[in-house]
Amino acid sequence: MDQTSRFTSLQTGSLVLLRLLIGWHFLYEGVIKLYSPSWTAKGYLLSASFMESFFRWMASDAIIPVIDTLNIGALLLVGFSLIIGFKTNWASIIGIGLLLLYYLAHPPFPGYPQGPSEGSYWLVNKNLIEAAALFVIYLFPTQYAFGLAKLFAKQKTVSTNPIN
Amino acid sequence: MATDKNLFKGFSRREWLKILGGIPIFGAVWTAGFRSNEKALSERNLLLETLNIKASAPPASGPMTGEPLRVGLIGFGIRGEQLMRSLGFATTEWIDDMVKSAAENPDDKRLAEFQAQESLNVKLTAICDIFDVRAEKALKSFDTKENPCKRYKTHLELFNSGEVDAVIIATPDHWHAPMAIAAIEAGLHVYVEKPMTHTIQETYDLREACRKNPDIKFAVGHQHRQTQSFLTAQDAIAKNTLGHVSLVVTATNRNDDNGAWQYDIHPDASTETIDWNAFLGTAPQIPFNAEHFFRWRKWWAYGSGLSGDLLTHDYDRINCVLKMGIPKYITGSGGVYTHRDGRNVPDVMQINMDFPEFSTGTSQTPGKEKGMTLVYSATLGNQFDRGTVLMGHDASMELGNMVTIYADPRSTKYKDLIKENRVDPSVPIYQYDPSANGVDAVTSATAKYFANKGLLWTYRDGKRVDSTFLHLREWMSCIRNGGNPSCGITEGFEEAITAHMGGLSYKIGRRIEWDAENEQIIALPGENLDEILLNNDDVFIS
Repeated sequence: MDQTSRFTSLQTGSLVLLRLLIGWHFLYEGVIKLYSPSWTAKGYLLSASFMESFFRWMASDAIIPVIDTLNIGALLLVGFSLIIGFKTNWASIIGIGLLLLYYLAHPPFPGYPQGPSEGSYWLVNKNLIEAAALFVIYLFPTQYAFGLAKLFAKQKTVSTNPIN
Repeated sequence: MATDKNLFKGFSRREWLKILGGIPIFGAVWTAGFRSNEKALSERNLLLETLNIKASAPPASGPMTGEPLRVGLIGFGIRGEQLMRSLGFATTEWIDDMVKSAAENPDDKRLAEFQAQESLNVKLTAICDIFDVRAEKALKSFDTKENPCKRYKTHLELFNSGEVDAVIIATPDHWHAPMAIAAIEAGLHVYVEKPMTHTIQETYDLREACRKNPDIKFAVGHQHRQTQSFLTAQDAIAKNTLGHVSLVVTATNRNDDNGAWQYDIHPDASTETIDWNAFLGTAPQIPFNAEHFFRWRKWWAYGSGLSGDLLTHDYDRINCVLKMGIPKYITGSGGVYTHRDGRNVPDVMQINMDFPEFSTGTSQTPGKEKGMTLVYSATLGNQFDRGTVLMGHDASMELGNMVTIYADPRSTKYKDLIKENRVDPSVPIYQYDPSANGVDAVTSATAKYFANKGLLWTYRDGKRVDSTFLHLREWMSCIRNGGNPSCGITEGFEEAITAHMGGLSYKIGRRIEWDAENEQIIALPGENLDEILLNNDDVFIS
């Protein structure tokens, strides 16, 4: 990549927008789950159609409270980080991990039960697309253009990042 | 502080916006999520407070302490084996099978659940089975040093042996009442499988025997009465949640040979190994027939098909919740459509039970609160799960191990709530799931079907429990600590009369009427209802 070329402000802005939208999605999911005391991922995990034994293990009585807490915590953390613009690289990786777990539990593979979904999918579904979008966020960090990170790393951003 | 000052120095207002711009977005999303949940929760709580349904478990039965109870079993067939496991006695063959099954499928917890079952402090001292293979199988596993168990050739020898305090009767239907009456008269407590009796007359005779021996604890094997959700359903009815219930629909759907009573015929079955005359009893005297012995449910001579085997469960489930008693009228129809294999009990059967005076209350103007039909609809040619629904003017209740209630769009009671969009008729206004804290591993479709009817297991404190175990435990607690079984002679009488009325209506093709005042099924002049009920000659194929 040509480190000297700069993105236009519209290009940077669109990446920021993408980051904010994904952050919004994660945060809202996390908040809803946080304030729903009866919520649990157990049903989703038990009905997994791929890597069943792994997901069943996650759904077992001893493990599920940890999984539920971790899930809510990760959703909130990723949402917070992407919206605020701080440590977005870490947040992107965690977010991709979460999305891939959701994807693998009910993957839109041919021959696998589709499960409840609002659209039609073959190999690619919205979880996978969101994970890919997060990968873009990871590769093109915008926290120095819009975000709290700008406060702590003003000098660094100017010299190395095309997005500024 | 100097560093901080340096850090914050040199930012324009525009840059500050870029640094802190995410914070209001974060705040807005968080607040939106919080408020949305808060609103949903307060609406839900308001609704739950309005409905005020108590989700409660049946009271636990008393302690199993004291001297071990000496129990005798008559009939070690399919149901007999199940009952013995609930009692704490599993055959070595079953345990071996379960060990293998658990090794192959870690989700198969049947052995672990059996081993974790509470001891009922019982000695299985006596077994009576007229098929040698079964009797010997029982002895091989149960006759041990700690638990000496003896085989008796006849039920009377067993009753009079002095070795038993209580008996469990799991024989073909035509032996239920004769054995139960003999046991009661011998001073023994009795647990008899359903249907309680095979003829109308026996139903009166058995009730009479119980009345004459009030100290005897008598229970009928409708184990679903232990289902945790039924008390919750009763409370919902008591609180008039459904309004006037005009229709209840319940169903049996099976589509396999076992479900159609095509049980295995043992290769060693012969007149050498089976006491054929003892099996026949008062049934028509015919030569040895292994199919009749093992698949007795297929003939009116020994069983009573759908009306006796399965309607009884569904009727009693509803009777347990509504306590509506014996129907005034019963109309039946059906035929042998799927399994044309020589059987004479129908494999498709619809029984309409009418209760013109019954009321569950109303929210409407007086005069609209009476009358209910209970439809029992069964086929042995399809297993689509139709569930059980109690349909009231104000709401419908789906009744199984879970209780789910939906408001009716035209309800009087919920009219305002529906208008204000606070109740959506397509979303349950109430749902009770006793397993919410302990989701089950996946089991077979048939097992789920039975489980949802409360016939296999129920829940206590979120844990799965075998309902037959709880039912036997309740009976034993009554023997030890006093009290009456939840399905005793009164409930059994209602169940048996209803089943017989269903069978009669199917056979005669006429609406059968119950005279509640005189406690009689109304017969036409010259009609012998028991003769008709037992008639084993006609096959009704439409």
